[in-house]
Amino acid sequence: MDVGIVSYGAYVPRYRITPSEIGRIWGIDGEAMGKGLLIHMKSVPSPDEDVITIATEAARNMMSRCSVDPKDIGAIYVGSESHPYAVKPSGTIVAETICATPNMTAADLEFACKAGTAGIQMCMGLVGSGMIRYGVAIGADTSQGAPGDALEYSASAGGAAYLIGSEKMIARINKTLSYTTDTPDFWRREGSPYPSHGGRFTGEPAYFKHIGSAARMMMSEMGTKPTDYNYAVFHQPNGKFPTRIAKELGFTDEQIKDGLLTPFIGNTYSGSVPLGLASVLDRAKPNDRIFVVAYGSGAGSDAFDITVTEEIEKYDRSKAPTVAERLKDTVQLDYGKYAKFKGKIMMG
Amino acid sequence: MSVARHWRETPGRYNLIGTKCGSCGKVYFPRRSLCPECRRASMGKMESYKLKDEGIVFTYSIIHEAPADNNALKPYAVAMIMTDDGVLITGQLVDVDLDKVEIGMPVRAVLRKLGEDGPSGVINYGYKFAPKK
Repeated sequence: MDVGIVSYGAYVPRYRITPSEIGRIWGIDGEAMGKGLLIHMKSVPSPDEDVITIATEAARNMMSRCSVDPKDIGAIYVGSESHPYAVKPSGTIVAETICATPNMTAADLEFACKAGTAGIQMCMGLVGSGMIRYGVAIGADTSQGAPGDALEYSASAGGAAYLIGSEKMIARINKTLSYTTDTPDFWRREGSPYPSHGGRFTGEPAYFKHIGSAARMMMSEMGTKPTDYNYAVFHQPNGKFPTRIAKELGFTDEQIKDGLLTPFIGNTYSGSVPLGLASVLDRAKPNDRIFVVAYGSGAGSDAFDITVTEEIEKYDRSKAPTVAERLKDTVQLDYGKYAKFKGKIMMG
Repeated sequence: MSVARHWRETPGRYNLIGTKCGSCGKVYFPRRSLCPECRRASMGKMESYKLKDEGIVFTYSIIHEAPADNNALKPYAVAMIMTDDGVLITGQLVDVDLDKVEIGMPVRAVLRKLGEDGPSGVINYGYKFAPKK
């Protein structure tokens, strides 16, 4: 059975902070840091936003673009590393807000930055096996970076939701595969407010090895080459890594530019690849082929080979804001307000 | 407020579920078990009704002295919203510059955190209103 994307929705909070403003506080040349990371600014959630509200906005945008009855949704998976509760699913609240309860299953996923794409794979399995008619996979984060740490320049907030099914698909997922190893490049222990990372260890043996391996496996199994794809979306912890891996694999800047959002919103972690793919779908045409590889520290990569269908011509993308529209109305924060918004100030 | 009391309010807070009188057709939000116009005639006839999630600012006020849950957001606007069903709802405005708030401004309901019962307590979510784009 063919399985694919029936609808999608994206959400990015309104607030931004620049690397130079963060660097101003910590005595670092933030502008140079931003140039090195290829990040002009990053998104910041409002104090009343978290993964549940972001996931809800993305899911509601997804539902407003299609005519699927929410009662036909059989599963909701919310992937994030910043679920508001340690115990109490985000997915049940999101399910309630789109009126999909109660005849469905839900679970929260965590796999660093690739929990959203892991959810897409789970929904593909359930739909493909006939267990459910539609599944929802959401990748969303309000990611954390310790004050002064390199992560603070990139860790941001946002998310996207995907309705997976086998009817009226706007994009067929031709194949998905994963490459997974035990690689401790980035982690956060239970109860710790901020993650730790292995510095440069997060590059070669982690991001580049996993994305490169999954990407080569996918092209080998599909018998394709980079020129067969119109677009490519790679996990984007900064602007530099996806640009480099694209070049190494043989993809051009033109193929990755529409799905590369990190320069304007930072690293949205579990939201990163889902948002990049949403940005591509915002402009995709029938028969466009999209190559997607997510990466989650710890570590693993999920690759997807996607073909946009004729159905996208009938699909009303204007019923919810596009990613580009979400990036227009922004408000810049100074570090003081950013610290207040992120709850970094101890209130006694 | 207990967890159970918050939980009972979630249909209204998440999805603007109110009630419609099966006798006179009047819509109420939050939901009511009896229509004050029809009284006895409405008994057993009050139906769930999902309000439109879009409307306009009917009137508003800027809040400078906020309750603790909203301390990080002040100053902010609270508005009476006339939904496209013609029902008035009070809610906070978000994602808007205060000098841009005006009567008649189109808005839509969004889900936001309303507050939490301390750092280890339950988090309460509900509707606020953002400019319609």
